[in-house]
This record gives sequence, structure tokens and C-alpha cells, in this order.
Amino acid sequence: MPFSAMFFRSQHSIAILVVLVLLAIVPPVAAAFNDDFYVGLATRVLIFAIAAISLDLIVGYAGMNSLGHAVYIGVGAYSVGILNFYGIDNGFVHFGVAILASAVVALFIGASSVRTSGIHFIMISLAFGQMLYYLAVSVNTFGGDDGLRIASHSNFAIGTLKDPIVLYYVCFAILLVVLFLLHQLVESRFGMVLRAIKSNEARVVSVGISPYRYRLVGFVISGVVCGIAGALLANQNLFISPASMHWSRSGEILIMTILGGMGSLSGGILGAGIYVGLEYFLSRVTEHWQAIMGPIIVLVILFANRGVFGMLSAVRRGRK
Amino acid sequence: MKRLLKLGLCIAVLAAPMSGMVQAQEKLKIGVLSTMSGPGGVMGRHHRDGALLALEQLNGKLGGVETALVFGDDQQKPDIGRQVVEGMLKRDGVKFVTGIVFSNVLLAVYDPVISAGAILVAASGGPSEVAGKKCSPQFFSTSWQNDQAPEAMGKYLNDKNIKSVAILAPNMVAGKDMLTGFKRNYKGMIAAEIYTNFTQVDYQSELSQIRAAKPDAVFVFYPGGLGIQFVKQYAQAGLQKQIPLYSVYTQNETTLGAIGDAADGSYEAGFWSPDLKNPTNEAFVAAFRKKFNYNPSEYAAASYDAIRLIDSGLRQTKGNTSDTNAVIAAMKKADFQSVRGQFKFNTNHFPIQDYYLFKLTKSGEGNTFYRKQESLILKGHGDFYATNCAMK
Amino acid sequence: MLLQLFEQTLNGIQFGVMLFLIAAGLTLVFGIMNLINIAHGVLYMIGAYICASVISITGSFWQGFLAAIVGALVVGVVIEVLVFRRLYYRTHLDQVLATFGVTMFFNELVRIIWGPTAIYASMPSFLAGHVEIIPGAPFPIYRLTIIGAGLAAGLALYLVITYTRLGMLIRAGASNRAMIDALGVNIKLLYTVVFGIGAALAGFAGLMAGPLLTVESGMGNDMLILALVVITIGGVGSIRGALVASLMIGVIDAMGRSFLRPVFSSFLPQTAADAAAPAIASMLIYLTMALVLIFRPQGLFPPVTR
Repeated sequence: MPFSAMFFRSQHSIAILVVLVLLAIVPPVAAAFNDDFYVGLATRVLIFAIAAISLDLIVGYAGMNSLGHAVYIGVGAYSVGILNFYGIDNGFVHFGVAILASAVVALFIGASSVRTSGIHFIMISLAFGQMLYYLAVSVNTFGGDDGLRIASHSNFAIGTLKDPIVLYYVCFAILLVVLFLLHQLVESRFGMVLRAIKSNEARVVSVGISPYRYRLVGFVISGVVCGIAGALLANQNLFISPASMHWSRSGEILIMTILGGMGSLSGGILGAGIYVGLEYFLSRVTEHWQAIMGPIIVLVILFANRGVFGMLSAVRRGRK
Repeated sequence: MKRLLKLGLCIAVLAAPMSGMVQAQEKLKIGVLSTMSGPGGVMGRHHRDGALLALEQLNGKLGGVETALVFGDDQQKPDIGRQVVEGMLKRDGVKFVTGIVFSNVLLAVYDPVISAGAILVAASGGPSEVAGKKCSPQFFSTSWQNDQAPEAMGKYLNDKNIKSVAILAPNMVAGKDMLTGFKRNYKGMIAAEIYTNFTQVDYQSELSQIRAAKPDAVFVFYPGGLGIQFVKQYAQAGLQKQIPLYSVYTQNETTLGAIGDAADGSYEAGFWSPDLKNPTNEAFVAAFRKKFNYNPSEYAAASYDAIRLIDSGLRQTKGNTSDTNAVIAAMKKADFQSVRGQFKFNTNHFPIQDYYLFKLTKSGEGNTFYRKQESLILKGHGDFYATNCAMK
Repeated sequence: MLLQLFEQTLNGIQFGVMLFLIAAGLTLVFGIMNLINIAHGVLYMIGAYICASVISITGSFWQGFLAAIVGALVVGVVIEVLVFRRLYYRTHLDQVLATFGVTMFFNELVRIIWGPTAIYASMPSFLAGHVEIIPGAPFPIYRLTIIGAGLAAGLALYLVITYTRLGMLIRAGASNRAMIDALGVNIKLLYTVVFGIGAALAGFAGLMAGPLLTVESGMGNDMLILALVVITIGGVGSIRGALVASLMIGVIDAMGRSFLRPVFSSFLPQTAADAAAPAIASMLIYLTMALVLIFRPQGLFPPVTR
């Protein structure tokens, strides 16, 4: 299926296109206003969008509500950080190791947790998240809780990720690729099975499919994509600390996924944009910004739990 | 329609602060990055109020230039701190960044501030990396290098001929640095060395271990809420009366109110307390209490000094910030009345300052304790890592 | 050595009972309404704050005690009616996130009302002092009181659920919601009452913890995570499971903190043992939970439902 057709088939096609076009022109617009700070903020949005989309794959399509997804941000970022610590700045190695390490960690965590469901899955993902968090805190060689400063950006033979604009467009490109591939994935037979497991596991078993393998593969893919987001975050911040893997961070990524609309993949972009934006601007307005952010989250869950995309389509239906 | 309205409202909420933030560009801007929200938020309030008071007393002008403070909340998260600092540097055009409670945030914002050509004035703690190998002329500290206070406490207990000490700290980098710093000057026996989980709330198990080790003294580093819990439980276990408790960065004005009677009879080492007798400090403490109605801590004091340090530098350059090297050279003289009395900058721009032993003593009013100056431990104490710094 | 082992077991039990105090309300609310309430930690915090403030104003422990329980109950009922009522039939994910939002709000509200500085929580003078259960190791009476209070709360819950009419309705509601609704019982009211009990229990846990711990904004967060671990291990919804799991976690935690290092240094080089012991000790609780869930995905005592 061609790329454009995929988008136009979706009911949110116009909204997605508008958002993507807007994202594509962030750097030139920021340059026109001589305000390249927003490129940095938008890069952060893109990175967390990738993370939120990866989480959506398992939450929205497979019903695995992970409260430990920030772990893969940490694994990806620490891969870059630790390789740099030993003087390796090759970008292909960075991202290769980040992908491999996230896959291994996700495989291990997934193998022991995807059999559980509901609240137990939430808790076991939290448990593994906390264990890796404490592990990162305890390893003094790599900075412990103080975190690890990263000496240089990932260096690909043709250039590095040092220039903020380059980094921005690399993140943007990766976001597009991730969106495209995961879209293909959820529309494939594999994706159908995942959704089937989510809606009625017993029926899937009765037709002779083992949910375990499908869930595990989905879990690992999700972890790998999130690990890439982590490697990008390391490049943006040139710093990684265990704080990025804390369970509250996993909660934030989850909120981004829900804000955008579960089971819509591209909703993650909106979710990340709204969350990162609100956090930044509200915290500039008042130090008590969490007293505003909290109720916003509650209202979204109570009245718009299909996310902003859900609201958009509801608006369209309302007009008819 | 209702839903459209809701969406519009969301966008309005997003957009409103943006338009409000366009300000006049003439003023000198100083970023105060600190932990304003969450459990670390009390230190952020001290930073903010110390800076506000200093600027007010200078009539809103540093080196004669109209100055505005830009406050930022790092939420105790390094990457948020970095993002906020980039906003300050790029959007607000700050020339100086001060505040910063936690070393992980300091490490995360260090490079962006330095590479943007701004000057960083740390108003609390400095990790060894910044004091040593990674030192920079653009960095100043009006506070302390982490190891200085435990070194002083180690020396005090060593001089006092205390035979054995049990030492405790949370299992974090700062905790390990503190205990290493303590052992640098203390040559007696370490009866027990215990690292606790830093989210731990109950210390009964460790208190049993201390009791079993039978030390002559206990030395701890438990900042913030950890310290409140530890000291309270230490006293409740009846250990306060048997084994004296010595601490650093644990019992100060951010925690003493909550520790209450449990602080009775313990000791803390530091470079400053509200009790310090010098005219600048007495005036500072009185003005601070009058304006904010609570006792300043060393965080407030260091933040107050940070603004005054910047002022002293800009006075010498006549308010000109364009020549960063000139500003740095001027600031390096530390030509202002510090609340800690005399001090000068080390080669790595950390202070060389006096360290005192404070005894936690009940004050006249209410149930509150304060740090009463007991004796001078170290005069002109520099930090251990300055020799690793290439600056001369 | 044996005495130390005994002493650390006692320490572990005491911490475990404190966890149970928090976990009991959490698991009760889950068992009846199928609601996973992250904001339970907020009610715990509110209990601690109200008790400490009332004592500092009136000087009376009992007034603080009463105010804390009533306060937590009122706040609990208000958020139940405003928010949580709408969450009972939602997914656990929605519940976690919405109650996370409520937590953010209240943590900040407490900072607005009481300021960011931790406040002083005094201990009632009649509970100060020590007893020597183990020779040479005086144990604070207050900590013994916590053990007593926790066990009393557990017993009271058991009696209410087993022998009262309210308890009968609660049991009926837990096993077949539609049926008791059909029988004309006001299930909305029943849920509000149960949530109120859970909130009051959290407030009670908070006021008991106040004199030992730091009373500050966010004080419920870490305790809540531990309580969640406890109820998950015990089997979500089971009060008996929560009690067993609390004691288990308390003892495992205390043992890990006190004996991992000597054990490790018997076969590892000292520096490696020094680094590994505290790291593993802090992970031990989560490791236990992961292991329990891998082998018993429903926890140790999964309640029988529907």
C-alpha cells in the first residue's frame, strides 16, 4: 500500500497531515522569528511522540498497559552514554546497540510479564522499571543518580547530530518511518491478531493461536522503538540520568499516549505536543502548575478518554 | 460544538502564556533555576527568596543596570532543567544562571550554560566533576563543594579523639562523596558504613545496626526529608542520649522546624548559619525574616550572595556584560560583603571559607531549634578537587 | 547474631504493619469497586497534615486524631462523588491515570496551603519511651503502638465485613454487583461508604506515620508504590493477602538491609559487596513482586469473585 493511501484511508488523515506539515516547518518558522529555542522544545515533542507511539502499540492495540516504558528511554540513552564514555562516538554503533539493548531488555521483561494482564501487568511492568531504575542509580561508574554527561553527539559518517536543526529533522524522519512501519504492522495479520487478543483472548486461543508469542513480539517491537527515542534524547540532552527512567516518567508517557488517543498511533504526536507544551508553559506561569495539570489529566480521562483524536472525530460526527 | 469549544480552550491555554512573555529587551536578565515543585521545592523557595531580597536591596539594579530575575522550575529532573535553561538562554537571553539545588541538574545544565557563554553561579552544592576536571572560568559557586563540610566534620571528630564512628548516607553519588570526604580527615575506626535506599522512610533496621556496632559517635548525611525522618527516628530510638549525632546538610532551616525536639543535642558542620556574627549576616537574616517571615537557610544565603557577587562584578565593569572575561576577572575578586564574612575564590572558583561546628540549640521562641555556633573547625578551607582543575 | 536476627524481624514486622495500614484501604476499595486508587497516598498525606496541624494548634492528640480521620473521610467522599464514581466501570489504565492526576493536584494543593517546608508532627507524650523486648535493644513504644493499631484495624475490618449488615452488603457487592443492585440496595451509596472507610483508613495510617516520618507534600508517593506492591503480591482485593504480603515485604526488606552486606562480603571482594548490597537491597521488594507474579499471576491470595 502506498504511503499516502495509508494516510488518506484513515479517518484522521487531514488532522495528521496538518500536524505533520506544521512539524515540518517548525525550524524555518523558528528561524524567521529568530527564536531557535522552540526547535529544541519541538525536538523534545518529537522524541516523546516516538515514545508515546511505541507505547500505543502495546497499550492501544494489545491491551498491555505498561507503567515501565521509560525504562527503554533509559536503556536507549544509556547505550549512547556508555559507548561515549568509552570513547565510541560512531552513530551506527550507538543506535545499533540502543536497538539491541532495548530488544534484549524488552525480551527479558516481556517474557516474564506478558502472561499477566490488567492490574497485574501494570504492576509487574512497574516492578521491572523500578529495578532497572535502582540499578542505574547504583552503578557509580556511569554516574549513579547524578547521571552521565555525554561528551559528543552520535557521529554518522556523513555528519553528526550536533546541529539542532539536523537533529530535529532526523527525529522527524524517524518519527515518520516509525509511524509508517507501525501503521503497516497494525494493519497486517500480526496487528489483527494483537487486536483480537485485546478484545477477546479466549476466542483467539480457541482458533489455535498462542497469544503469548504475539504479545511478546509486540512488546519487544515497542521497547525497541522506545529505545530509539531514548538514543535520540541522549543526543538532544548530551546527558542521561536515572531520573529519566523513574516510574512517574513512565506515567507521563502513558498520559501522552492517552491524551492523543489510544489506538491511533499518530495521536501520540498530539499527546506529546500537548503534554510537553503544557508542562513548559504552565510551569512558566506558576510554580503551582501541577495543580492545573492534575485536573486537566482527570478531565481528559473522564470526558475525553479517546484523546484529542477522539474529540476531533466526535466533532466531525456532531456536524453531520 | 461543545467539543470544538473544549479544543479551542485547550489551544487558548497553550497560546496565552506565549504572548504574555514578550517583554522589554533592555533589562539585564538573570535566570534562577531551582527545584520549585515536588518535595525538593523548599530549597527552591529559599533560592528564590534569597535572590529576590538581594535584588530588592540593590534597588533592582546590578552594577547599575536594571535587572530582572527569570525563575525556572527544574522539577528535580535533569532533562527538564536543561530544557528550562535553554529557554532562559535562548528566549530570555539571560547572561547569568544561578540557583540549582541538585547535582544531577547542575551536571545536566552545566554544558549548555557554559557553551552559550553565560556565567553559572551555583547557589548550592557542587559535585567533584565540576570542581575538578570539568572546571570552567564561567562557573562560580557562592555555596560549597560537597566534600568541604564532611571534611570539616571528620577533622573535628578526629581532633576530639573520638575512637569509632558509624557513618550513614543515602546510596547516591553525593552520599558516597560525603562519606569519602569524612574519611579523608577522620583517622579513627569506622564502626559501620551504611548506605540506605534514598526513597527509604523507615530507619529502624539501620538504627539496630548502629546500636549493635556500639560506636562513640554517628555521622550522617541525610538531606531534606530523609534527614527529618532519620533524626526523628534516631531520637525516638533513644540513641540521641547514648551516641551523639553529627551531620552535614541535614539539620538546617529547611528541616529543623519539622525535626523539632529530636534535634536536641546533635551537631552540624557548615560554613554558615543564621547565627553567624557579622554585620552583613545580621542585617541579611533580619531583613529576610521581616520580608518572608521564616528563617533563611544556607540555600537562601548562597543565593543572596550569588546576586551580590554578580553585582560586584558588574560594578567593576560598569554594568557592561559584553566582555565575559572582564566580568569573570571582576567576579573572581569576590569584592563584596558576604554573609559568611571573609572568603575568596579557589582556582576552581569554589569558595575558600571557614567551617564551623554548630550545636542544635533550642531558641527562645516556641519549639524551634537553631544552629548555634560552637567553634571554628577549619579556617580558609578549600576543596579537595581544586588540584584537578586546570585553571590557575 | 540470633538476637540481631530476632530484632530485625521485629523491625520488619513493624514496618510491614505500617504498610498494611495503608494497603488495607487500598485493597478494600479495589476488592469492592474494582478501583485502583493511586490517590490513596494523598488521603494518607492529608491525614498526616491535618493531625499535625490540629495538634500544633490545640495541643491535643485526640483532637488531631479525630480531625485527621474525619478530614481524610470528607476529602475522600468529596473526590469519590466528584471523580472516582465515574471511574468504577472504566479500565484500570484510566483509573491509574485519573487518580494520578488527582494526586498531582492534591500534592500541589498541600504545598499551597501549608507551604513547601515539611511540618512538625509531634508524638503524643503517653506513647514516648521504650520497652526492652530484646535485652539491650530498647524498642520505642510508639512503634509497638503502630503494630497494635495495624492489627486492630485489620481485625476491625474483618469483624465489620464478616458480622455486620454493611459487611454483608459489601461482600455481596464484591461477588455480584448486578444482583444486589437488583435487590434494591443503593449501590452508589454503598460505594461511597466503602470509599469513605478506605479514606479514613488512609487518614489513620497517615496520622500514625506522622511522628515517625517526614510530613511533606508528596510523602504518600513512595509509600503508595510500596502499598501497591503489597496488595499485588497479596492478591488484589484480599485483605488477608494484604496483611500477609505486608509482613512478608516488611521482613524481607529489613533482612535485605541488614544482612545482605555481611552475606555478600563472605564470598565477594569487599568493594563489590559494598556496592552490590545496597543496590540489591533496594530492588529486593520489586524482585519479590516480579517473582510472585511470574509464578502466581493473581498474587498469593486471589479473592474469589463472580
